[in-house]
Amino acid sequence: MKNHSPRIFLHIISLIPATWLFWQMWLWYNFFPHDLTANPIEFITDFTGNWTIRFLLLTLCISPLAKLTKWRLIKYRRALGLYAFSYGLFHFLNYMVLDYFFDWMLILEDIFKRPAITFGMLAFLLLIPLAITSFKYFIKKMAANWKSLHRIIYIITISAITHNYMMVKADILIPVIHAMILSCLLALRIYFILDKKRMFKKK
Amino acid sequence: MLIKIKGSWELKENQITSLKDYISRRGFIKNAGIMGAASAASLMSSNVALAEESLSTVSNLYDGHDIMDEKTDIKAVRGYNNYYEFGMNKDNPARYAQSLVTDPWRVKVNGACENPGDYNVEDLIDFNALEERVYRMRCVEAWSMVIPWVGVSLSEVISKLKPTSNAKYVYFETLADPKQMPGLSRGIIKWPYREGLRMDEAMHPLTIMAVGLYGEKLANQNGAPMRLVVPWKYGFKGVKSIVKISFLEKEPNTSWMRLAPQEYGFYANVNPNAPHPRWSQATERRIGDFRRRDTLMFNGYGEQVASLYSGMDLKRNY
Repeated sequence: MKNHSPRIFLHIISLIPATWLFWQMWLWYNFFPHDLTANPIEFITDFTGNWTIRFLLLTLCISPLAKLTKWRLIKYRRALGLYAFSYGLFHFLNYMVLDYFFDWMLILEDIFKRPAITFGMLAFLLLIPLAITSFKYFIKKMAANWKSLHRIIYIITISAITHNYMMVKADILIPVIHAMILSCLLALRIYFILDKKRMFKKK
Repeated sequence: MLIKIKGSWELKENQITSLKDYISRRGFIKNAGIMGAASAASLMSSNVALAEESLSTVSNLYDGHDIMDEKTDIKAVRGYNNYYEFGMNKDNPARYAQSLVTDPWRVKVNGACENPGDYNVEDLIDFNALEERVYRMRCVEAWSMVIPWVGVSLSEVISKLKPTSNAKYVYFETLADPKQMPGLSRGIIKWPYREGLRMDEAMHPLTIMAVGLYGEKLANQNGAPMRLVVPWKYGFKGVKSIVKISFLEKEPNTSWMRLAPQEYGFYANVNPNAPHPRWSQATERRIGDFRRRDTLMFNGYGEQVASLYSGMDLKRNY
């Protein structure tokens, strides 16, 4: 029998921030005391945006970690990627609905005039095809194309962190930490590629 | 006795909700939800502590707010603050400013004036002539509040200091004490926080030096013991916990200008037509509201202050 507990554990951990947020929003909606500050929409924006980036980085951790430890982790990558998409969708809907309430003039002006928003929107739009094609059906059907399509996660993560970096008013600490983690993950990949080439040469 | 000519921005006294009525109405229940149980509890205790510190104001009320503007819940005013000396998050100042010692408090005055020196707050502000001023406050981050400040016109403070004809600008500094202000350990801004006004802006009757809000002394996170309030400018012009006032000949380099000159200018007048490079300033969210509302030119105080800037390109002089 298959051991499902790591997968269940992963889902529980990944759903904690969302569950907490829904709970707090329910409290807010019902005028109960809550922890979303006096400006809940701004808080939700920050919260969902940060979790999107964290899940993108976690998704990118899987393959180097699997290589380093020889653990069979790749099977958990899709779930993490889909959580990144889900938190990103929440972030996007919060912006469109709660924050700007479909004020298309302002939204379009934001997207086309302000590079910070352009990067964020780009990251979210590029996540959509990845979420759609993350199922087994597409993995089989697309074969080699699937891998090249899913490489855009690098562009997505860079755009998302750039978006965050450009949006903050003064305190760049969090986006800088995220950028450093991403740099390490990219450096590891370069190391693995170079290492592979060296192995081939020896043979 | 303070005699004042009623301005066009004033409301009749019977149009203003008293603090007691305000607290007891339904909105209190609604807004009580906003700040969380912990802060509600701390408010109750701070109310007890502040009861003896309540400030009496002279009868007439300057009132710059429209009857459509509801005053912002006191818990939001005290719990949602930008005061980076006490941390970067909105709830940090309420948490970390409690230990700030505001009594005794010395204010250094220098520059082009006849009465330089070190002053106590009471030397600068006549506590028998305090006024309540209900002003809209628009943050550059596109949220806003309506706050019943207690204070005096800055012009009254300035006239005591007798600036000379060389004084073209007034410059202010916030306290920067790393022992009391944990946020200073991070160099977000080159401390101390610096702000300034052109002399005619400083002397304008709407500009006040506030020592309280909602009829009580300022909480530390709101800039105790005294802070600037300039209602037609973005909130960051309202320099808190002032320890230095200088009269200058030249325009001072203020904190946000230093940090990002392409984003924040010296004037910082609320202007829906001059977007921040990274976000629109056309709308704002009033704290407590769900939907955004249109931002008004000069935050709605154009009738009183537009003449200060006649002939100036306000998109360039942002």
